[in-house]
Amino acid sequence: MAGERATPLLKDELDIVIPTIRNLDFLEMWRPFFQPYHLIIVQDGDPSKTIKVPEGFDYELYNRNDINRILGPKASCISFKDSACRCFGYMVSKKKYIYTIDDDCFVAKDPSGKDINALEQHIKNLLSPSTPHFFNTLYDPYREGTDFVRGYPFSLRGGEPTAVSHGLWLNIPDYDAPTQLVKPRERNTRYVDLVMTIPKGTLFPMCGMNLAFNRDLIGPAMYFGLMGDGQPIGRYDDMWAGWCTKVICDHLNLGIKTGLPYIWHSKASNPFVNLKKEYKGIYWQEEIIPFFKSVTLPKECITVQDCYLELSKQVKAKLSSIDPYFTKLADAMVTWIEAWDELNPSGDASTKLANGAAK
Amino acid sequence: MRNPPTLLSLAIDSAVINFCRISDLSFVPEHILLELFVRTLKAGKLNEKILKLFIATGKEEILSVIESLNIQHILVPVLPTLIIKDDEVDIVIGALQSDLTSFMEAWRPMFSRFHLIIVKDPDLKEELKVPGGFNLNLYTKSDMDKVVDSSSSTISFSGYSCRYFGYLMSRKKYIISIDDDCIPAKDSKGELIDAVAQHITNLTTPATPFFFNTLYDPFSEGTDFVRGYPFSLRSGVECGLSCGLWLNLADYDAPTQALKPSARNSRYVDAVLTVPARTMLPLSGINIAFNNELVGPTLLPAFRLAKEGKFRWETVEDIWTGMCAKVVCDHLRLGVKSGLPYVWRQERGNAVESLKKEWEGVQLMEEVVPFFQSVRLSEAAVTAEDCIAEIAASVKEQLGRSNPMFARAAENMVEWIKLWKQVRSL
Repeated sequence: MAGERATPLLKDELDIVIPTIRNLDFLEMWRPFFQPYHLIIVQDGDPSKTIKVPEGFDYELYNRNDINRILGPKASCISFKDSACRCFGYMVSKKKYIYTIDDDCFVAKDPSGKDINALEQHIKNLLSPSTPHFFNTLYDPYREGTDFVRGYPFSLRGGEPTAVSHGLWLNIPDYDAPTQLVKPRERNTRYVDLVMTIPKGTLFPMCGMNLAFNRDLIGPAMYFGLMGDGQPIGRYDDMWAGWCTKVICDHLNLGIKTGLPYIWHSKASNPFVNLKKEYKGIYWQEEIIPFFKSVTLPKECITVQDCYLELSKQVKAKLSSIDPYFTKLADAMVTWIEAWDELNPSGDASTKLANGAAK
Repeated sequence: MRNPPTLLSLAIDSAVINFCRISDLSFVPEHILLELFVRTLKAGKLNEKILKLFIATGKEEILSVIESLNIQHILVPVLPTLIIKDDEVDIVIGALQSDLTSFMEAWRPMFSRFHLIIVKDPDLKEELKVPGGFNLNLYTKSDMDKVVDSSSSTISFSGYSCRYFGYLMSRKKYIISIDDDCIPAKDSKGELIDAVAQHITNLTTPATPFFFNTLYDPFSEGTDFVRGYPFSLRSGVECGLSCGLWLNLADYDAPTQALKPSARNSRYVDAVLTVPARTMLPLSGINIAFNNELVGPTLLPAFRLAKEGKFRWETVEDIWTGMCAKVVCDHLRLGVKSGLPYVWRQERGNAVESLKKEWEGVQLMEEVVPFFQSVRLSEAAVTAEDCIAEIAASVKEQLGRSNPMFARAAENMVEWIKLWKQVRSL
């Protein structure tokens, strides 16, 4: 389009974090888009297994032994035998932006048949402002070919910094186990050409399959909880991170976008296995959601870490009555922040963000 | 390589789209009739009237197909909840131009089933030209004068506000209103969009304002609630308002359109979504539908700019009304949907010219938005009328002090509720 600037690659400012237990063959398809970037691979499951990374990629790989070595006793906050372990990758990264993708996600095609460069779209989303305070009926006004509509206050047109870009999935949609059981054949074939900001005060289910965020702005909030081996629930890691992140973003006036880009999700996990993992979560979320909807963070919380620690206190105080798991989780949230701060000393201008201060 | 369609095939497709003009099929050869029937079925356009036309031909093959498919006279549409009777819908058109012929002809396939209310802008001097073949009521200044005493009332039906008189007069459950400079748009497959049908679908399927679904409207075909969506919220709530969008001339304000004079909206976004509770938005009146029983009184003429004109660039009355409506819907736990359907908005007017006139509306939005974002209604407000009364009181108290325009808007709102009740008690 005339006048459209090229999207910066950000190849020295962005890490791609991939959790895996199988192999990384899927990277071959992504090679044209991912090769310029540094990869952080977090190996879940048996550390004695060797994960083969295709030739030509610049990467660092961490297995459970590495995590234990690096974090010592604090490694208890990182999930074992669950893709939630990916958040370790966020913690060790030294870059400003993170893109995380599952190893069963491939390049999708747009309606014209062209391959979608998902990473480029995420970068566009993150580098342009969000509009959480007032809904624009033509969706993201910063995209080419659109703008703010009549009636949108001019004082709000500068927007807020974008902290998270949440992409979607064609083919196998991100359904929970009950829905998968009822509709095993349903595929997402609808390409919805929009990016939008999730309004302030509204919660959403954040999926970690195709997700990018500004680590400087929101990194410490992206803790994916205690899931998998030895834990009573699974498949709620990204949900938990999403609820915490949204509450904190709302408090700090940061934006979260959802919509494009699409990736092609190829593998449907076993719905019966999923049901076992999600079972408790389905009941617990009925109480968790009202908790997050009513959370207020004090004005004094001006950094992400402050907000997160405050949240962990409230989780312990209000959700422990549901199950002792939440006490453990609240403690793990604190451990996470301690580990984060240790690995990312406050000398970095990055994680300190005063409310309303310059980015 | 695919063969291009035959002339016969194109003719049959054209017949399917224009069925409203066909009153007799007896002359059509049987094999063509069968193909026509199959395509009508595929297009989802078989209704009572068209079924009767096919049956009336008396042709054996057609009758046996109908029987073998077990098509019954009362057809249950694909909509998951209610069966919409055509007589539950009013289409209200505010006529700001005198010759509605091309507008009505363009919309005939979508409008012809329904009752129409056409309201003539009281400032329009010329006679209205409306083509035949529609079931419609026409209201003009003289009708308005009988209902509203213009000497004592501050309510004005001038310009875009004329449609509110149509809302006042309607007794139907669902009202759909489209600006008279919009025609049917085409979707990404190149097919004409039935905006009326889409609005009805939006209004008759649940909305989900309390938690955001990342796959948008979970009640659409081929989609659902995503993982992590609380089960207790999956039945949704009733939808009070459906706001459609515009291809070609988007609803930008004058400064924006003047800055980008050639900017046209060509992006077809195939989604409907519920605007979350407590989130405010600029609700454009260009392409809108609502549940009259639930929120009728909320769609009111209240906020007039001093130099309000005959182009949308010179008004904000619908934006004001839209925010009242959103507050009411949020309070009454009703949903507001935005997205499909699109209409094609034709070129009209000049943004730069409109910009030269006073655009105080843009300045006033700055005060108005924080007010609507924070206004809260009491538990006692259980109907739309109650809600409007409380909003009006808050407007008068909080905004009315700084600007007499707001005080007048509040008065208009109070008066409108009185008028609404009065008209319905007759």
